[in-house]
Amino acid sequence: MAEHLLEVRNLSVQFHTAGSTVHAVRNISWHLDRGETLAILGESGSGKSVSASAIMNLIDMPPGEITSGEVIFAGRDLLAMSDDERRAINGKRIAMIFQDPLSHLNPVFTVGWQIIEVMRIHGVSADAARARALDLLTRVGIPAPETAMRKYPHQFSGGQRQRLMIAMALALKPDIVIADEPTTALDVTVQAEVLALLGELQKETGLGLLLITHDLGVVADIADRVVVMNAGEIVETGTPDEVYHNPKHPYTRKLISAAPGRGEMHEPNATGEPLLKVENLCKSYGSFTALNGVSFTLQPGETMAVVGESGSGKSTLARALLRLDEADSGHAYWKGRDLLKMPAKELYQLRRQLQMVFQDPTQSLNPRMTVYQLISEAWVIHPEILPKAQWRARVEELLTQVGLSPVHAERYPHQFSGGQRQRIAIARALALRPDLIVCDEAVSALDVSIQAQVIALLDKLRRELGIAFIFIAHDLPVVRDFADHVMVMQAGECVEVGTVRQIFENPQRDYTRRLLDAGLDPDPRVQAARRMPSARVGAEVG
Amino acid sequence: MGKKMMRRIVSSFFSLVALVVMVFFLSRLTGDPAALFLPIDATQEMLDQFRELHGLNDPLIQQFGRYVWDVLHLDFGDSIRKARPAIEVVLESFTWTLQLALITIALVTALAITIGSIAAFRPGGLFDRFVSLVSLVGASAPDFWIAIVGIVIFSITFGWVPTSGTGTVWHWILPVAVLFIRPFGLILQVVRGSMLTAFGSAYVKTARAKGVGNRSIIFVHTLRNAMLPVITVIGDQAAAMLNGAVVVETIFGFPGVGKLMIDSILQRDFNVILAAIMVTALAIFVMNLLIDIAYALLDPRLRT
Amino acid sequence: MTMSSTLPSTQISTKQRGKAHVLLGMLWRDKFAFFAAIFLIIAVLCALFGPILLREAAVAQNLRARNLAPFTVDRGWLFLLGADALGRPLLARIVVAAQNTLMIAAGAVVCSGVVGALLGLVAGYASERVSNVIMRLADVIMSFPSLLLAVIVLYMLAPSVGNIVIVLAVTRIPVYLRTTRAEVLEIRQRMFVQAAKVMGASSLRIVFRHILPMVVPTLVTIATLDFAFVMLAESSLSFLGIGIQPPEVTWGLMVAQGKQYLTNAWWLAFWPGLAIILTTLSLNLLSNWMRVALDPAQRWRLEIGGRKNG
Repeated sequence: MAEHLLEVRNLSVQFHTAGSTVHAVRNISWHLDRGETLAILGESGSGKSVSASAIMNLIDMPPGEITSGEVIFAGRDLLAMSDDERRAINGKRIAMIFQDPLSHLNPVFTVGWQIIEVMRIHGVSADAARARALDLLTRVGIPAPETAMRKYPHQFSGGQRQRLMIAMALALKPDIVIADEPTTALDVTVQAEVLALLGELQKETGLGLLLITHDLGVVADIADRVVVMNAGEIVETGTPDEVYHNPKHPYTRKLISAAPGRGEMHEPNATGEPLLKVENLCKSYGSFTALNGVSFTLQPGETMAVVGESGSGKSTLARALLRLDEADSGHAYWKGRDLLKMPAKELYQLRRQLQMVFQDPTQSLNPRMTVYQLISEAWVIHPEILPKAQWRARVEELLTQVGLSPVHAERYPHQFSGGQRQRIAIARALALRPDLIVCDEAVSALDVSIQAQVIALLDKLRRELGIAFIFIAHDLPVVRDFADHVMVMQAGECVEVGTVRQIFENPQRDYTRRLLDAGLDPDPRVQAARRMPSARVGAEVG
Repeated sequence: MGKKMMRRIVSSFFSLVALVVMVFFLSRLTGDPAALFLPIDATQEMLDQFRELHGLNDPLIQQFGRYVWDVLHLDFGDSIRKARPAIEVVLESFTWTLQLALITIALVTALAITIGSIAAFRPGGLFDRFVSLVSLVGASAPDFWIAIVGIVIFSITFGWVPTSGTGTVWHWILPVAVLFIRPFGLILQVVRGSMLTAFGSAYVKTARAKGVGNRSIIFVHTLRNAMLPVITVIGDQAAAMLNGAVVVETIFGFPGVGKLMIDSILQRDFNVILAAIMVTALAIFVMNLLIDIAYALLDPRLRT
Repeated sequence: MTMSSTLPSTQISTKQRGKAHVLLGMLWRDKFAFFAAIFLIIAVLCALFGPILLREAAVAQNLRARNLAPFTVDRGWLFLLGADALGRPLLARIVVAAQNTLMIAAGAVVCSGVVGALLGLVAGYASERVSNVIMRLADVIMSFPSLLLAVIVLYMLAPSVGNIVIVLAVTRIPVYLRTTRAEVLEIRQRMFVQAAKVMGASSLRIVFRHILPMVVPTLVTIATLDFAFVMLAESSLSFLGIGIQPPEVTWGLMVAQGKQYLTNAWWLAFWPGLAIILTTLSLNLLSNWMRVALDPAQRWRLEIGGRKNG
């Protein structure tokens, strides 16, 4: 067997916390070859990032501890090297790109300084480093590189910041680049561009790319091989095609079956008096126009999905409809009454019928209240709904309805997992017996398998209770499974509205098509077919 | 300079104006100025004469206008004790206080930042625990007590330094040392806490992944980020010192503005008190400006 | 989770007892904070019962014991720390003085804390205009030299206990006001506050049910720290001769009275000063501990040991 570029053997890492020991990874082994892209796929808590941290010497010890294993690079065990030796390798021969580039770039230094620094540390002269930095900025597609060198990270967009990180990682032509969730915080169209750029650069330089991700679509798009991790162990290894079409481990099967976007599409047919009729809604913050003349109607019991990239105004729409922010102009007729002009007293009554589920349940549940207090607060505020004697029974009923147990009532939010917390948030919304629930990215912070369960729950509530939903999301496959109608938004305007079938199968507008094209399919074969030929231009090996 | 900065400058200028107004009305509300200015055993005749002379019988609004006019010209009348313009007397003492404050704050800043940064790099280590304890004791000690103990040990027992006055370099050692201790303890703790937060931030991870050495991580990558809360505390401490280190100046017979204010209050030299309040408030206003500029220099995000 | 089948009421009471237990465990874990707490309890006991038990001894003049040196026990244990210029035992005087010293500081901290926190809640949650007015007022108080303000006011009013408390409280209000407002501004943006709004909760309910409980731990931590600061400020006033007037006594006043005997009887100023420093140090240590113990993200550091006992 030929020598690999990088090989991890039997690595085990523990973290010592509050009286217990967490086995972050147990006895994992994998390898990476030159010119290859290896993806490590896993959900949160699977330990997928731990081996990368071990390679880069980023594990804080204590509380971390490497209990066994070796990391062989260029014939030597990295874990046995001195800190100085490892510093000489970091950035020069193995470089890393992180998720969330805004916090991973130092806010108080110019990007030029930060790119030049990595070269200066490893002995490149100041002039050469500057010239190379300019080249790199041009190569990764930053406009006006001379000016960009003098700017600070906060002056760039999210996608540009990730390009800057990539430029920094490639500065010294490393043998290996580790990318930890490099596109997770980015919009789909930007994600497609960044992945294409990574692919091109890999072809140019022949580096080995280690990609850590939770997204089957990313794996399908870019990986040559994939390692699936669950609870600190490797459950499966293979090419993306093998793993997707012939998964051996039950966990992999579960993960693949949870991937959204392949169910039957809904065929809405409700007619009659609309529940909500929005006309010409406008809202601006200073000179920035967040909503510009948005109109749509929603029938009782139906689901309207609002999709768009960040800054498209979809969250502003939700906030305006719930009167968390006041719209500048326009109307929103709720059962015939304009809710935007309701006085405080009528608004208080409206709150019962119009509820919201937020993106991050960790944030939306008061950490100092028990589940019982959280849910029953609805009846403290609206005492006419339910006499106090029935509160406990009703809380238990609601908990059962959302798939939790009545014994959970006395616990605090931090004792639950992310998916369970979102169920609590849903139970709280149901406590008021609303006619419409606005879900603002309600499932996007959850792992894929949990996401599927929460969507199933929402679907059940819709069928059983006839609740209408406004479902705000950036993730198109989820929308495809759940929505009746879809509204596509861009820059505060409604680009296109239609039934879910019209939008997904016969989009009328360029922007909608681009959005659909940029999405990644979890099936490697489908994704390979969809891949735009222009995005994969092979260049000479640098 | 960004919009945010301009707003801060305008608002702190507003505070200065509010102070001017407040001082006037406080001095009228709390009693008859004539009774305050003149000795307790002044005769009715003297009181009437005083009122006539200073226009205290005029309508309040007219008095206020005259007062604002005088303040704008830095004309606070004469000091009763020294029979010289009050502003001269105050500026003379203020120079002393300014020197004392500058020397102390410079020392405190340099030492607290260096030691605090190093301590934070290995939290829970021996050096860190020692430094934390020392800074806590420092922050807890009453300055007058430290001054007294210092005098007993270094002046009386060993006779190394003089007990009071300003003649030589030796005269400065004890006052600076005593003034140094509390701010040093406070700022050191803030530096340490702020650096700890900074070490945990994502960009430090990036720096490590780039192969940046420890020294550069402490003194280049994190220090500048950690400085913002530290600067706020340095500003507060410097402001307290510019107000005159009353206790220390009294104990060491140091002719600063704090001692001047206390003496003037005890001797009812109100023109001097007024001048002193205005001069120190102006100094603090200028210092807040400097701090705002320092913020903007340190953090590019505050420049827009 | 074996408790889940019992009645809810018993569940809650066991949980609270458990909480106190965990908190004590965490205190025991940090030895500095533990001894600080014990010292403070002793100081509070002195303040409560000292004057009743020792007032007689503390004022009894004894000319033969003038400036008696410390560490002699032949005149009784009350003279362990020596005697002052009138032959009064220092230990008894320190114990008696604890009452005024702690009472003034506690009064000032409670007043400034309550007023500051309420104003901060208003400033953080009300309209921008109201908020601006309150903040500018705080700025004015801050830009006024606090010790000087105290000196002027006390010079015009009588330096009684009540006046000193008010003056000290006024100068400390901005500290609580600013902290509370900053926290409120941050917390009101959090999703759970938005969620309460969507349910139709009134502003009062949001402020007192959702925001205030999140601010309280920070306020308690600051108040502990500020207690030390106020004690030092009161001592400085007494030291300058415009604080508490004899025959009332505080630790700061004792240091001031001992100052003139520095050359021949250092202990007159030393012991009360030590009492001040130990109290403020204890408060600082306890405040540091609280910062960790009340922060859910950091408290595991202290819980590691607590688990074993609980």
